[in-house]
Amino acid sequence: MTPIQELSWQGLWKNNPALVQMLGLCPLLAVTNTTINGLGLGIATLFVMISSNITVSIVRNWVPSEIRIPVFVMIIASLVTIIQLLMNAYTYELYQTLGIFIPLIVTNCAIIGRAEAFASKNNIKLSAIDGLMMGLGFLFVLVILGAIREILGSGTLLAGADLLLGPIAQTWTVEIFRADESFLAAILPPGAFILMGLIIAVKNMLNKRIEKLVVGEQKTQKAERVRVTADNISS
Amino acid sequence: MSFKLASSPHTRKNNKTGNVMLQVGIACIPGIATQVYYFGMGVLIQILLCCLVAVLTEAICLKLRNRPIKHYLDDNSAVLSALLLAICLPPLAPWWVATIGTIFAIALVKHAFGGLGQNIFNPAMAGYVVLLISFPLSMTSWLPAASLIQYDLSITDTLYTIFTGYTTQGYSVSQLIADIDGFTMATPLDAVKTGITAGYTSDEILAGNLFDNGSGIGWMQVNIAYLLGGLYLLKTKFIKWQIPVSFIASLTFFCLLAQGVSTDTVAPVWIHLTSGATMLAAFFILTDPVSASTTNKGRLVYGALVGFFVFAIRTWGGYPDAVAFAVLLANMCVPLIDYYTQPRVYGHTEVNK
Repeated sequence: MTPIQELSWQGLWKNNPALVQMLGLCPLLAVTNTTINGLGLGIATLFVMISSNITVSIVRNWVPSEIRIPVFVMIIASLVTIIQLLMNAYTYELYQTLGIFIPLIVTNCAIIGRAEAFASKNNIKLSAIDGLMMGLGFLFVLVILGAIREILGSGTLLAGADLLLGPIAQTWTVEIFRADESFLAAILPPGAFILMGLIIAVKNMLNKRIEKLVVGEQKTQKAERVRVTADNISS
Repeated sequence: MSFKLASSPHTRKNNKTGNVMLQVGIACIPGIATQVYYFGMGVLIQILLCCLVAVLTEAICLKLRNRPIKHYLDDNSAVLSALLLAICLPPLAPWWVATIGTIFAIALVKHAFGGLGQNIFNPAMAGYVVLLISFPLSMTSWLPAASLIQYDLSITDTLYTIFTGYTTQGYSVSQLIADIDGFTMATPLDAVKTGITAGYTSDEILAGNLFDNGSGIGWMQVNIAYLLGGLYLLKTKFIKWQIPVSFIASLTFFCLLAQGVSTDTVAPVWIHLTSGATMLAAFFILTDPVSASTTNKGRLVYGALVGFFVFAIRTWGGYPDAVAFAVLLANMCVPLIDYYTQPRVYGHTEVNK
């Protein structure tokens, strides 16, 4: 695989920040009660991740390693402030719905994790691609979890799409079913945990299938080293 | 006369899991019969529905996990969990409430953790909690006892209500549970809770027509019937005495203690003991061999813990009855309780932990 293919595979599937590294679970579980909330936060995180990876990669040779963490945090905090002001200006209602979780992107371990593990050791181009892929991987889980919870909990899909995408999207809301009582557990935090667990289970199941396919193709594989932790891409 | 040599064990008891579960189910019968008498045929329909869904879910889960289906279905555990869940449901709850609860209990609480014997939480109670927090309206619409209800409910009406939401005459559940003045009639524990919050003393609340000088029409009789079923289980040694006794003792103790401090804002002991799910919990729910503590000392601690949780949640919590939450909270403590109450092995000295 070329480096770009490798980075995409790692970010989107194999080393997915939400499903495998389990980073940034706090915003992931807290805001994904609708698809649009998930998408909004996902885009914000994606933007911060790409720009922080690029910036960290640019300054990586000038930052003494003793103070690198505070420097990374400062960079990420500035970028989050930018996105916060942008959302405040252009998507005000979504900004209010997401509330504290936009400033809290600063503390999203997935972002500082990529800065520390990848961007501080690689060139600008690779870092940008890594940020893009990791951010997309995170976005993808946010949207899927948000969609499942929205369907189960409110019986709709894409409710409030106009908050993020403008007046064009006002009619996009799909009503899957209508009930007097919605399945509240899916909207509440425990439901988020349970559904997240189920998504991870499905991912692991698909993983096994894929591995079987790969093994089926190349029968004579050498014995692999057993690792309990996820592969670290930077090593 | 011949003396055959045989290795131990020399006395055997035919106590397969399937048989134990069946006996527990049989011991529920007096309680269920009383419930049917006071709250209508809805109870039986819920039980049938839950059992059917449970067996189907169990079979599908076993198939997905590549386990022998017949072998595991024969242990009756899924049916028993479904039975206990169904008993706790309001008799007129819509069919999808029972279905979702049972699927959750069997598929997620039991099989996701590894099937019978591996589940940390009591499946029936976890299913009940999910339903209670998801569908608060349906799950708290308890039908008043048959003598208080203003409409006659035939079995067709009950079926219609469960599957469509309305009786054949078009009454909805919220109309059925209202009294003549149009107020929703609450369960006894509910009435006590709202009454005390509204500033009445417990004596004033108990003078209401819902109670009729007892702990609520129907509820006391149902509890006594479950007590009788429980005594049968104790007599036949399918359950041990530690959990029920310590649970009831602890509930009584905390209740008396609170009454000593403030008489008027705490329901009397007999209300706590013979209302809601107290007796069902004491003998049938807490004694679940998988999710309860497994040592004798541990069982005492476990029962006492649940008793405290039930009293605390009933008195200060947001829900009128508390058994399901209390059981789940205590289930979480079981590994710790078991760790600290390991009995001394014969021939070994006590190890200080």
